[in-house]
Amino acid sequence: MSAVPETLKFANEHGLHADDHGGGHHDEHQDTGGNTLFGFWLYLMTDCILFASVFATYAVLYMNTDGGVSGKDIFDLNFVLVETAALLVSSITYGFAFLYAHKQQKAGTLLWLLVTMALGCVFIAMEVYEFHHLIVEGHNPDGSAFLSSFFALVGMHGLHVTAGLIWMLVMVLEVLKRGLGAQTVTRLGCLSLFWHFLDIVWVCLFTVVYLLGAM
Amino acid sequence: MSHSAETTSHGSVKSYLVGFVLSVILTGIPFWMVMSGHFGKSVLFYSVVSFALVQIVVHLKYFLHLNFSVKGRMDTFAFLFTALIIVMVVGLSIWIIYSANAMMM
Repeated sequence: MSAVPETLKFANEHGLHADDHGGGHHDEHQDTGGNTLFGFWLYLMTDCILFASVFATYAVLYMNTDGGVSGKDIFDLNFVLVETAALLVSSITYGFAFLYAHKQQKAGTLLWLLVTMALGCVFIAMEVYEFHHLIVEGHNPDGSAFLSSFFALVGMHGLHVTAGLIWMLVMVLEVLKRGLGAQTVTRLGCLSLFWHFLDIVWVCLFTVVYLLGAM
Repeated sequence: MSHSAETTSHGSVKSYLVGFVLSVILTGIPFWMVMSGHFGKSVLFYSVVSFALVQIVVHLKYFLHLNFSVKGRMDTFAFLFTALIIVMVVGLSIWIIYSANAMMM
């Protein structure tokens, strides 16, 4: 009985009317925005478990070098430190882009998104260089169980970052074309979760693979 | 009211900067420890792993804004459940395989 007046009161407070289609839809998007973010968060949790499985594989196989190179021989920590710095700075620059998006400032959002993309590209370029360098030196993924699991784990993270970069390019185009509507900001929110999540995976990665491998 | 809840869940320039500075420190120290070569293996192992765990918490709090507020509680619970699964998948795999390796020798 009282639910109907409550809804009407809510609608009136928010300037919504039954015949106001645009407003009604806007409110629906606001509501699904929270659900969208939660749903995307749940996807990320499953992605976490995928990464955990590959981490477990690496932890089990990393000593099986088949008489070939071990981590100590092929890891260059200075190089990894620069990669880490690029990814960590890109995390905070994405944060700035997201804050500007919430303030509805298009120029600031686009600028920080482009800075984030540039840093992400630096990271991917360095990783491709590292892989290429290893393969040229004869350390192929099929060289040993250690090399297979190394390429699988680091490569999987790299593919995620690449996907994030493509997504970010799409978001730049969307912001340019449509501005910062509620739906666009929700999408930027999902990408924010994705991007920061990849930084967390990288923390595990440089610790387990590079730091523990090089000591 | 809803506005203040939004600003807390999206963070602020300050929260991102605090998270960033903490992350730089928590990345720099383990890299320095390994690269300097002054430390023994077991000391290195435990400190590097501890720094990583602290940094993960820092990222979750300052970049992903996980918290126990009414709005964000479900995200945190989902994460804690996932963390439990990860500890089981990774920890038990390592336990089983390393025990098997030890017994085969």
